[in-house]
Amino acid sequence: MSDEVISILKRDRIHNLAIEGKRSDGRAFDEFRSITLKTNVIQKAEGSAYVEFGDTKVIVGIKLQKAEPFSDSPGLGIIMTGMELNPIASPSFEAGPPRENAIEMSRIVDRGIRESKAIDLEKLCIKEGELVWMIFIDISILNDAGNILDASCLAAIAALKTTVIPDDEETGFKSIPMPIQDLPVGVTLVDVGGNIIVDPTLDEELVCQSRVSIIVNENGEISGMQKGGSEPFTFDEIYDMYELAVEKCNYLRETFIRDIALLD
Amino acid sequence: MSSTQERVEFFDKNGLRTDGRKFDEIRPMSIKIGVLSRADGSCYLEWGANKILAAVYGPREVHPRRLQKADRAIVRYRYNMQSFSVEDRARPGTSRRSVEISKVSREAFESVILTELYPGSVIDIFVEVLQADAGTRTAAINAASVALVDAGIPMKSIVSSCAVGKVGGKIVLDLNKIEDNFGEADLPVAMTQDGDVTLIQMDGNLTADEFKEALKLVETGCRTVHKIQKKALMEKFGISDESANEEEDEMSDDFDEDEEDEASDFDDEDDGENEDEMSDDFDDEDEDGASDDFDDDDEDDGEAEDTDESSKSNKSADSKLSNVKTKRGASKRRTKNSKNNRSQNGSD
Repeated sequence: MSDEVISILKRDRIHNLAIEGKRSDGRAFDEFRSITLKTNVIQKAEGSAYVEFGDTKVIVGIKLQKAEPFSDSPGLGIIMTGMELNPIASPSFEAGPPRENAIEMSRIVDRGIRESKAIDLEKLCIKEGELVWMIFIDISILNDAGNILDASCLAAIAALKTTVIPDDEETGFKSIPMPIQDLPVGVTLVDVGGNIIVDPTLDEELVCQSRVSIIVNENGEISGMQKGGSEPFTFDEIYDMYELAVEKCNYLRETFIRDIALLD
Repeated sequence: MSSTQERVEFFDKNGLRTDGRKFDEIRPMSIKIGVLSRADGSCYLEWGANKILAAVYGPREVHPRRLQKADRAIVRYRYNMQSFSVEDRARPGTSRRSVEISKVSREAFESVILTELYPGSVIDIFVEVLQADAGTRTAAINAASVALVDAGIPMKSIVSSCAVGKVGGKIVLDLNKIEDNFGEADLPVAMTQDGDVTLIQMDGNLTADEFKEALKLVETGCRTVHKIQKKALMEKFGISDESANEEEDEMSDDFDEDEEDEASDFDDEDDGENEDEMSDDFDDEDEDGASDDFDDDDEDDGEAEDTDESSKSNKSADSKLSNVKTKRGASKRRTKNSKNNRSQNGSD
């Protein structure tokens, strides 16, 4: 999954612990690290959120721009999701344009938000066929200690929920809060020693060969899903993962996202 | 500097600035050290509304190999603005402005870091501007400086940086956003604690007298910043304030504890090639709409410096402090040796 190297000793230990039903940091298989979520951390952004999963740190800023709509959807706003693996976040991240990892992850986040129809894009239309709001969801990884994808999903929807679309004098557009209709949240599951675990640490990510990321909407439906890594899963495993993901996504949504309110 | 200074009121009737400061006051600054677990050293710094995150990796192996220097470490500095850090979204990636800032900032550190101790390796300094509000390059240098200490990189001095400028005909310290956008001159400076200037740029117009006044003022600004950096480091590394005040004498023998830690963190896991890519679009937008044609005063003062730091007599508290984490009590000589070993291991 990553280019980083893990020692054979560490790998064996994590593997053997998993067979005994344990994790190296003492968590249960379906337990998250301690999660912190702060909103409105960047005042210059129209919406923002900062999320920690243990040592993993992610910040998301929402910026808005007026733009011409796509010709096949003249009355709909536009969502652009980008992720930057900043070189401050890991010794293996390098400066430069996003590589395949960053592109894949940002597209997973994007898909969850798009497919769950989390944002009512019709309300982002300023003048049909001419001008719509373009929403930039910029995800910035500050410290990679494992599972940056789930942290990014959570931060993205949290940031959107705090976003206010401003008045626009030129066109007479009246300010509205971001028209949120759903709260998609994602959970990534990995297989270590035959056990499915949530919220893998960096070491656990290096030990496992494959992961499945599942984005679940408010109704418990899947809004996006992606397997990564080279090892296969069985259908039964994938079904088990889906059930676990729904439970965990509900937990994340109700604990961290539901009660977020706009600042004013 | 924009010339549209009509109708901008820089001072109220009491002579205070738009944010209530006096002419020689800097904005409030707060520093958190060691905030990123993956980095060898890190620092989060807020200065006014600026929010800066700096990380240091290294000394580590250089990729690509052709950049290696046989006699010293190379220093790389990357200044990067987050797309959401400014009012109008900045395009992610390198701009001409960020390349220039990265260059002069790197040069502000090259003469201060004891690069001879790590031949063949690289010290990477990464600075991310999470929120920008005038004076990001100075804030970035201050954060990077503290992160370097946190990473245990041996330095002759901490680097402290502050800007001075001219607004409404007056010389003021540490320009805020309005002053930066509508003022008449902006002059960022970085300085060591010995008073050596390692970065100076200027943008705008100053008379000879104003320039002299500005330099005097900015020196006090850098010293104020230096005190804040020092205080944060003292607190982080558990050094009491009293010993800080006694400076010269007290510091030297204070750190003779837990030497054994020294050998423990040697995982130089470097991989992947470094291609130094840059995006092609040279978007010339300055964060604050001001023009970005600075005159580069690239002072290469450092290269000729005496390399054997133990022969220096004017060591003050901080140059030792900057070694605290690496040495953990070892003598300078020993640090040097162990560091040489380390970098040899790394460059095999």
